[in-house]
Amino acid sequence: MTSPARYFLQALFYLPLMLLIGYFSSAPVFVHLPANEALLRLSIAHAGERMQACRERSQEELAKLPPNMRAAQDCPRERSPLLVELEIDGRLKYRTEAVPAGAQRDGLATLYHRLPIAAGMHRIVVRMRDRPQEGFTYVREETLSLAGGDSLLIDFNAARGGLEFRR
Amino acid sequence: MLRQLGAVAFLLFWIVAVTGIYLYVFLDTSAAGAWRSVNDIGVMRSLHRYASDALVAVTFAHLLREYLAGHARGFRWFSWLSGVPLIVLLYASGIGGYWLVWDQLALFSATATAEWLDWLGITSEPFARNFLSSDRVIDRLFTLFTFLHIGIPLALLAGMWVHVQRVSRPESFPSRDLAAGTTIALLVLAAAWPVHSLPQANPAQVPAKLGLDWFYLFPHPLMYATSPGALWAMFAGVMVLLLALPWLGRSERLPVAVVSPQDCNGCGRCFADCPYSAIVLVPHTSKRIAPRMAEVQPALCAGCGICAGACPSSTPFRSSATFASGIDMPGREIAALRAELERGIGGLSAGPRVVVFGCDRSADVAALRSADTAALSLICAGMLPPSFLEYALRNGADGVLVTGCAEGACDYRFGQRWLEERLAGTREPHLRANVPPQRVRVAWARERSVGELRHALAAFRSDIAHNG
Repeated sequence: MTSPARYFLQALFYLPLMLLIGYFSSAPVFVHLPANEALLRLSIAHAGERMQACRERSQEELAKLPPNMRAAQDCPRERSPLLVELEIDGRLKYRTEAVPAGAQRDGLATLYHRLPIAAGMHRIVVRMRDRPQEGFTYVREETLSLAGGDSLLIDFNAARGGLEFRR
Repeated sequence: MLRQLGAVAFLLFWIVAVTGIYLYVFLDTSAAGAWRSVNDIGVMRSLHRYASDALVAVTFAHLLREYLAGHARGFRWFSWLSGVPLIVLLYASGIGGYWLVWDQLALFSATATAEWLDWLGITSEPFARNFLSSDRVIDRLFTLFTFLHIGIPLALLAGMWVHVQRVSRPESFPSRDLAAGTTIALLVLAAAWPVHSLPQANPAQVPAKLGLDWFYLFPHPLMYATSPGALWAMFAGVMVLLLALPWLGRSERLPVAVVSPQDCNGCGRCFADCPYSAIVLVPHTSKRIAPRMAEVQPALCAGCGICAGACPSSTPFRSSATFASGIDMPGREIAALRAELERGIGGLSAGPRVVVFGCDRSADVAALRSADTAALSLICAGMLPPSFLEYALRNGADGVLVTGCAEGACDYRFGQRWLEERLAGTREPHLRANVPPQRVRVAWARERSVGELRHALAAFRSDIAHNG
């Protein structure tokens, strides 16, 4: 076979392969979120209060302990799970209980939840309980205008006062 | 071409590595600078992307081809098994690479991957929290991305090296034409269809539509269409299936080569010719014969018989009463082959009389048997000692036709090549120069191509008759 014909046939061989690679490298488009929706993400990592309060050790108890372990307080390690509720426009959309990490359940309790919602004005209420007693410890509510493609993060930061809405 | 898919994958890896090193020169490994630093690199970035995509396509084509060729089983289990983790490393390399440019697609992919990993619940805080707001995406995260995008491909390269360890003379680079054609085609694609980043990542915004690289990022839409748990189940299912394939279905254990110490002089030709490095040389059991001898490692032996074809003691001219080769195939011994050849020639009545040597993996030469044609099928054409051709001609045959798998597609890798070199006199044991070349013909044939072979045989016979 002559060289030009050979090169032409080779080009014909490579053409569909390259078109295939070029096309699927960036197409077809994936609709991650419909244009008229926003994305709400609830993400909290927080260590709840202890399940049992610390108590002062008596002198007799301290005396029985090795000298290097004579901590004044006895604090059971287990922490409370987090109870979180998300309410949008008066309707409960999500409710979960996040268990603390660790074999002793003494670590952070974490939760992550994504929820697409229609663009527009919404009354959003988040409640969180991080203690064994009844009733919510933290509540945050706001009326927000969300445009299509907006991402709203609901986080918890104890140093900044608790639950927060961030965009 | 299909046989070279693995070699093409190696080539693509090196193209990705070289273009990646080039891109790294420009990459700013910071949250603020990453996007800007590689947005307008030009053709090298596009080449990096397209070669990476081609690597995925070629890898799966290679996997499919090897599976359909029955290469997932038997002695090839190691190559198959060691190839499976490479798919994971390939995807980890490719997906991680997308994060480095820190555009909308990077944020989407990083978040989706984190959500997938978080399903396992093995970290104290969800990975996904790292990508939820701009203040969490810190420069050290990009240092980690870069480390992973260099480290994982290095692990991939190490895995590729392990993958080819059990094959002798692995083809880790394609033919020059194929290498040039592939590289030029990718360059043309990169120049004609350049890759651009999407807008810079912004955690406050979720892009409605994304132009995905479906070669690498298809797991993300799959996860959002199902759930992270479902994606884990699919991933685990595919991995388990791929890892179990060598042991699924009918297990056919072929006989392995056997060394006859009293006939082995330790010349090392079988050791050199074994396509699967299944033969080692060990101290001889009888120092009187030779200092070393061949030893077969059964777990690696393909049972192709190429070693028997390489053994100089496989010559049918030997006159010892109990003719045996130094290394032989149980059930297809060289002595039995000589006897079969003698019977075949003895049964030929018409002329020109032709002996056809074929292989079990190619066109069925038994269909050619007739009054003027004797046909013998070997396990592989490479099993044929060249001296058998001369023996056939000296014992009444007018010509010898050798056939086997399609040209360049020997099922046992080197059977064709070694036989051609032996017939050309460039490899030991070679066909002696006194054999008239016009009496020997090689006609490689595809499976189920007896018609082509019949045509080649007729042409050969005609030439013999014409040349006298």
